[in-house]
Amino acid sequence: MTETDKASAAAQPSGASLSYRPPRSQWWDVWDQFKTHKGALIGLTIFVLILAAIVIGPMLWTIEPTYVDLRARNKGFSMAHPFGTDQLGRDILARMMAGGKVSISVGMTAMALSILLGTTIGVLAGYFKHLEGPLMRMTDLFLALPLLPLLLLMVTLFRDPLSKSFGPEGGIFLLIVSAIGATSWMQTARIVRGEVLGLKEREFVLAARSIGTPSRRMITRHILPNVLSPIMVSATLGIASAIITESALSFLGLGFPPDFPTWGRLLFDAVDQMQLYPSRVILPGVAISLTVLSVNYIGDGLRDALDPRIRGR
Amino acid sequence: MLDAPGKALIEVSGLKMYFPITAGVFRKHVGDVKAVDNVSFTIYEGETLGLVGESGCGKSTCGRAILRLYEPTAGAVRIDSKDVLAADADTLREMRPKMQMVFQDPQASLNPRMTVAAIIGEPLDEHTSLSKKDKLARIYELMDQVGLNRDFANRYPHEFSGGQRQRIGIARALALNPKFIVCDEPIAALDVSIQAQVVNLLEELQDRLGLTYLFISHDLSMVRHIADRVAVMYLGQIIELAPRDPLYVEPLHPYTQALLSAVPEPDPEAEKTRRRIILKGDVPSPANPPKGCNFCTRCPKVMEICRQTEPTFHEVQPGRFVACHLYQETAD
Repeated sequence: MTETDKASAAAQPSGASLSYRPPRSQWWDVWDQFKTHKGALIGLTIFVLILAAIVIGPMLWTIEPTYVDLRARNKGFSMAHPFGTDQLGRDILARMMAGGKVSISVGMTAMALSILLGTTIGVLAGYFKHLEGPLMRMTDLFLALPLLPLLLLMVTLFRDPLSKSFGPEGGIFLLIVSAIGATSWMQTARIVRGEVLGLKEREFVLAARSIGTPSRRMITRHILPNVLSPIMVSATLGIASAIITESALSFLGLGFPPDFPTWGRLLFDAVDQMQLYPSRVILPGVAISLTVLSVNYIGDGLRDALDPRIRGR
Repeated sequence: MLDAPGKALIEVSGLKMYFPITAGVFRKHVGDVKAVDNVSFTIYEGETLGLVGESGCGKSTCGRAILRLYEPTAGAVRIDSKDVLAADADTLREMRPKMQMVFQDPQASLNPRMTVAAIIGEPLDEHTSLSKKDKLARIYELMDQVGLNRDFANRYPHEFSGGQRQRIGIARALALNPKFIVCDEPIAALDVSIQAQVVNLLEELQDRLGLTYLFISHDLSMVRHIADRVAVMYLGQIIELAPRDPLYVEPLHPYTQALLSAVPEPDPEAEKTRRRIILKGDVPSPANPPKGCNFCTRCPKVMEICRQTEPTFHEVQPGRFVACHLYQETAD
């Protein structure tokens, strides 16, 4: 409740007023609470700034990220190259901006995919008893798969056909996003299933059943809102691990082509000359950490804001 | 009631609710927990049937099985002569508005993430196609009926006291104008001062809306206050069913006698002379009920026949049903 609401409630003696506030959309309450979470606000600001930098930045800073200038190799910070240049003389600022675009979109999309898969499978397995066995055994099967060889196989099998139909970058993007998404949903599925199993036995679900609420609305109205917290937590953590996985793949030469910048790629390219040029490691590292941290804080604030029990305070 | 048994609204016959016990790797079915075992009774329109018994005797399971929140093992439940247990999913959904439930724990029975308006409005969403404005009007009407301030519509369940939460639960149960409400220990989780308020509210609503209640409770004095007829359950079976006053004045079944002797008297003089019948031993497991009468292991008046044959549930006096061998001769 906001200050103005409190004031108006205090001003009207209860029961005496004739105009009642109609039920307002819960999203306003969520926003009101979100605003009180300082960390979340700072996180949101930083995240918006990073997004702005990678979307608007390349329009202002027009050096091509792949432009090789061998005369300007290994330069430090200067006006011409604010973040310096790498061993091939490519501008690091431009590469950071281009890399951020890829890394963040891979992270977001892969996270969304894995959350979607994990939540669907977890809810179905928890809610429908006859689906629990097959779905959870499938989850165990995925957990038991050795991920890196699987990813290797997926990339070698599907890289060429996908590159042909969606272009080299689009194809690899799709491939990496689905590879990461399809191999990281299991934890979410397990957590969600556990929560749903507990929720299913709560009396309000029984009450909804006595009203005659069908299963699909039971899930969307009663189950999903109540498993939001664990989903939110695994979503924010998922972005981080998706960015890292993408960089690991790039490092193995299975991700995007070598000259195509991503934050993970920049990091790994710089590692061998870390002692000479520490800034090349620090910059993409800080970018990844800042993104992950800000997303975590946003998730934290959102989770608090979505829980009415915390919202009141 | 004795004088005017109106139209039968709910007829329960031979209701059985067994929960399977499985064991071993292959989940072999090794037995059943007989939570409700062959229960039959009738509830007349406009009356309150109290269902009492100790914890774990199957009262709540019985209430839930009647509304088909569980799938009963056998038996029939008819509401307005329509069978609830045989209905398919769609028919059942259409029958839901007629029968509603008020739950024991008002904290657990309200979704913590929904506002009061959304909770009370959920049945309306499911079964009516009211416009947003009409729906809100109906929600306010229901809130007035149960004595909730309209300004609370935007709040969440955790912001209310137990009694207010129970009122929200009652408003939700009333939303679709039901005929029959199962009150599953609606007052057990409330403190005494609030219990009276909620019970009075239930009575008032019954008078105003002509509701029929199945009032499940273990509070014998509260049942005496609200019920017209009382059914006593022991280990999954109804052992005595009688109009309220005769039952409290002169309980027939030894278990009912013991149960009623445990009710404290408010009058200190009477309290001094109250003689409690203390039952020995524990309730047998419903997975493995004793042979013969279920109560034979603890009955102070046990006879040889009780350990051999199960007594039948029959009418011993007009309107009074008992399942006990002590009264078997009079009926035969």
